[in-house]
Amino acid sequence: MNTALFYALIGAGLIGMGLQSLVLTPNIMRKIIALNIMGNGVFLILVSTSKRLLGMAHPEPDPVPQAMVLTGVVVAVSATALALALLRRYYEATGNLVLPEDSPEWGIEEMPPAMASYLENVDDDDEH
Amino acid sequence: MLDERDYRFASTGTRWLVTAGAFVFTGALAWAILSLPSEGPGLQGEVESRLAESGVDSRVTAVLLNFRAYDTFLEVVVLLVAIMGLRAIRLGSEESLVKETEFSPLLLEFVRFLVPIMIILSGYLLWAGSKYPGGAFQAGAVLGAAGVLLLLSERFRVGSIGPLMERGLLALGVVVFGLAGLLCIAWGGVFLEYPEGSAKAFIIAIESAAAISIAATFVVLFAGRSLSDPNDAVLHDESGRHR
Amino acid sequence: MATMIWVFDIVLGLGLLGLAWAIVNARNIYQAVVMFIVFGLLIALSWARLQATDIALAEAAIGAGITGALFLSTIGRIRAIQRDRGEDEKPGIEEIP
Repeated sequence: MNTALFYALIGAGLIGMGLQSLVLTPNIMRKIIALNIMGNGVFLILVSTSKRLLGMAHPEPDPVPQAMVLTGVVVAVSATALALALLRRYYEATGNLVLPEDSPEWGIEEMPPAMASYLENVDDDDEH
Repeated sequence: MLDERDYRFASTGTRWLVTAGAFVFTGALAWAILSLPSEGPGLQGEVESRLAESGVDSRVTAVLLNFRAYDTFLEVVVLLVAIMGLRAIRLGSEESLVKETEFSPLLLEFVRFLVPIMIILSGYLLWAGSKYPGGAFQAGAVLGAAGVLLLLSERFRVGSIGPLMERGLLALGVVVFGLAGLLCIAWGGVFLEYPEGSAKAFIIAIESAAAISIAATFVVLFAGRSLSDPNDAVLHDESGRHR
Repeated sequence: MATMIWVFDIVLGLGLLGLAWAIVNARNIYQAVVMFIVFGLLIALSWARLQATDIALAEAAIGAGITGALFLSTIGRIRAIQRDRGEDEKPGIEEIP
């Protein structure tokens, strides 16, 4: 068992755990954390399998997957930032922290009147 | 208030099904990983053979900014798209960035000590990226962290830079990268195919602009609002209408 | 000591899996985020172990630092909005599993 192979299997385990958390927790922020864990697992698999090819004696893993993962880390953080901004906006607009289809007993309110009037006026004018 | 130990999100059957599904998925992934070839050349050889003419000494930087520069260009564009999405979401809430936080002299001293070091470190990482580990993303991340520290300790207040400056800093990476690519077309190649011998100059220019842009992007993403407009992010005006 | 480095690898790998398990089953979201920051640092260690040093630098700064700061700031703001709206009796973001 190679070191690189071991890390690749750890990456697969991370993906599985993240997947389970993504499906089974209603809290949206936990879903975002689970997505980040899965993303890190994917990156581990990418680099570890290419390092396994070259062997542990080689000084560096393959540079092309390294570049891909570097890009992936930055893209993942910007996607996380956007997801958190969406969560915050969702909370400001509706007062819920879970999606309505996930769990009805966490206190889904009806829409606040400001939001309802905003949705009425949103079609024609673009002064917003 | 419901105690979370008593609360189960889905029925027990669903939980077991999803857990079993996750196990099966992990098992399939592990089997796929184990059945990959355990020895092979990879793409190391191709990169090694062309490293001398790529303008840098580090293999990863050569791949990032020369061989696959188009992917890096699209990544910088993705950062800008994230900022645009953030503006489109129209966050709003009544509190400022640092609400009801007592003034902390510890944070201030920490910032005073650390931010100059971080700026120098970011410059070093940017320059050393051509031979040692480093590069535009690492430098931009450290610089962005310095900016976040300044924002948190209120050394940098919202409204102290103009809107044009803010947008300029955010778009600098994409603009310089795109202009460099178009310049390569003007010099007879395809998009982002550097002319002979000038690869290093192109790479340094693109990396510097990208690092600044990445830092500005991280600061704006953390703030969640426009840094130049003090009236940004207000949810309701007095009559309760959504603005 | 080079032949004993696999002990470090096993500890790090199992620590990653165990920490992911703890994040998934954390009591409240604040603990989960703090453990996620530690998780990012351990991932940076594994990148260093795989000799991918550029990714290690980027992951430590971006993956652990900026992402953790984003999560903490969002938790704080959602709490502040909840307090402002006077909805203290509803479950906050920490209590929802």
